[in-house]
Amino acid sequence: MSTEALVDQIRAIAEQYPERESAIMPALHIAQERYGWLPPEALCEVADALELTPAYCKAVASFYDMYHLRPTGRHLVEVCTNVACALVGAQQVVEAFEAELGLRAGETTEDGEVTLRAVECAGGCGYAPVVVVDHRYREPVRPENVPAIVEGLRRAP
Amino acid sequence: MPLRELVLEGAGERDLTKLGEYREVGGYAALERALGMDPGKVIEEITVGTLRGRGGAGFPMGRKASLIAKGSPNPTYLVVNADESEPGAFKDRQIMGTVPHRLIEGCLITAHGIESRSVFIYIRGEYLHEFEVMRAALEETRGADLLGGITIVLHRGAGAYICGEETALLESLEGKRGQPRTRPPYPPITGLYASPTQINNVQTIATVPKIIELGGAEFAKIGPQNSPGTAVFSLSGNVVRPGNYELELGTSLRELIYDIGGGVAGGRELKAIIPGGSSVPVLTPEQLDTPLDFDSIAAAGSFLGSAAVMVIDDRCCMVQLALRVSKFYMHESCGKCTPCREGTRWLVQLLDRLEGGQGTQADLDLLDSVCARMLGRSLCALGDFAVYPVSSYMEKYRDEFQAHVDEAGCPFGGESSVEGILAPVDQHSHHKTVEVPA
Ligand SMILES: Cc1cc2nc3c(=O)[nH]c(=O)nc-3n(C[C@H](O)[C@H](O)[C@H](O)COP(=O)(O)O)c2cc1C
Ligand code: SF4
Ligand code: FES
Repeated sequence: MSTEALVDQIRAIAEQYPERESAIMPALHIAQERYGWLPPEALCEVADALELTPAYCKAVASFYDMYHLRPTGRHLVEVCTNVACALVGAQQVVEAFEAELGLRAGETTEDGEVTLRAVECAGGCGYAPVVVVDHRYREPVRPENVPAIVEGLRRAP
Repeated sequence: MPLRELVLEGAGERDLTKLGEYREVGGYAALERALGMDPGKVIEEITVGTLRGRGGAGFPMGRKASLIAKGSPNPTYLVVNADESEPGAFKDRQIMGTVPHRLIEGCLITAHGIESRSVFIYIRGEYLHEFEVMRAALEETRGADLLGGITIVLHRGAGAYICGEETALLESLEGKRGQPRTRPPYPPITGLYASPTQINNVQTIATVPKIIELGGAEFAKIGPQNSPGTAVFSLSGNVVRPGNYELELGTSLRELIYDIGGGVAGGRELKAIIPGGSSVPVLTPEQLDTPLDFDSIAAAGSFLGSAAVMVIDDRCCMVQLALRVSKFYMHESCGKCTPCREGTRWLVQLLDRLEGGQGTQADLDLLDSVCARMLGRSLCALGDFAVYPVSSYMEKYRDEFQAHVDEAGCPFGGESSVEGILAPVDQHSHHKTVEVPA
């Protein structure tokens, strides 16, 4: 997507709201989809499109967990470790991913392919332990399912 | 105790995400009926039905609507809270994912009732699939000319528990950091864009079509007098059959956990029950016969909250659980007020020390004191939510906390079900820790 197309798309979304600033969250989502994270250029484009300052956009983005102000892997694996998942073995799932990917939760593989994160309750507590791979829920996931998930990511285009 | 499905009705048999199927089971007939009624009459039915908010506080929806400022020069807004992030809760996700049209119909009826032309549904960012289902359903509704000039905007959140708090949600929707507002003024007077605003939970709004269909008086006969209707209970933890179950309010914890949920998994012993999401005080097995409705759970010393029931078996160390829950609230505190911002860190530090075997008798007293100093002293309820688990676990499982001091370590010796559980804050090196004096 070109910068112009991005700006146009953001301005079209802003039309839905009585006040333009309200479009900042959808705009950040779109910009992040384009870059994979929110580099300074992305914040500038969002700022331009909505007539805000880049600093303001960064202040907003930094408040929310889903916006990445640092580069992340091409794939994102999120393991819920909140109460319901913890009670039924989430830690073992985290450790299985750590072993399979050769990293600690919070890190990205050296080839930049996969980021592993522990996350707070994903809203799938009845199907625990919950793992979210590239924003799609896998419920439930047991340690023995982990190698196949990682294998699938390594093969994904 | 059978399921009693009002909100999820029909979703087990049909694909109600499709407009055609939803109409075949009578969908949008309640809207048609409501549009033939005076707006005031619509709200009156909801008031007579005693519909209490399903987002946590149980405030009567009709009374909230009656507080909306009349004669404001600004437009009136309806905002639906679909930011579901309370640990243990996953009901709104199922409602949006399986009966999106019921939610949309509820929005249109409510908008008519409060004379609003503009609806925003703030959907938790992680619920991408449900957002897509809602978007497709809304497209169909628009295509079938059912919106009647009302605009419904689906707004995706981006991962912040605090945005479920209604004023934080409004800030977020206005394009700001999601920090709660000081009140008054309250949203019915000064809400979104400083205009009169009605805010309700997904399930509250999705119940509205049923009230119009049955009439408020009939609806009020379902379940207990002061908490009529159903709730979608999210059952999780160490239970045989976890999942969402829509039941009449007033069903007992025992019926939910044993008759419906199949009891504690693996033949273990029941140790503790969290009846309304991680933010509410814990209940003990002796309280199993408590009916699940707002007033009965309150009388038992807890809250129905978001009707998220978590079952905990005897393998769980309550200090570890308190620590894990406290790390959640520390992570989610927006930082606006001191008791919450600092207190959540103190709780984590003290519990960490206790679990690590360095805790002293004085630390137990300090934990009590931090809880007492936080309670009721914060801008929004998150400051209290951080306290309820810790203070109630300490009250009801005091021996276990004491044992951590007496034995200079965890009495579970590495065998607790939540041993070593990682929290997202553990990954954040930039989270400052406070030094608690020894
Ligand atoms: C920290 C915090 C988080 C909350 N999260 C939610 C939530 O995720 N969903 C929700 O409907 N209400 C949530 N609430 C309650 C809302 O502030 C508000 O009371 C509710 O949306 C009103 O709708 P109702 O009357 O239909 O329940 C939360 C409150 C607090 C203090
Ligand atoms: S109580 Fe906590 S979450 Fe609520 S406004 Fe204060 S700091 Fe923010
Ligand atoms: S606790 Fe893991 S999804 Fe809710």
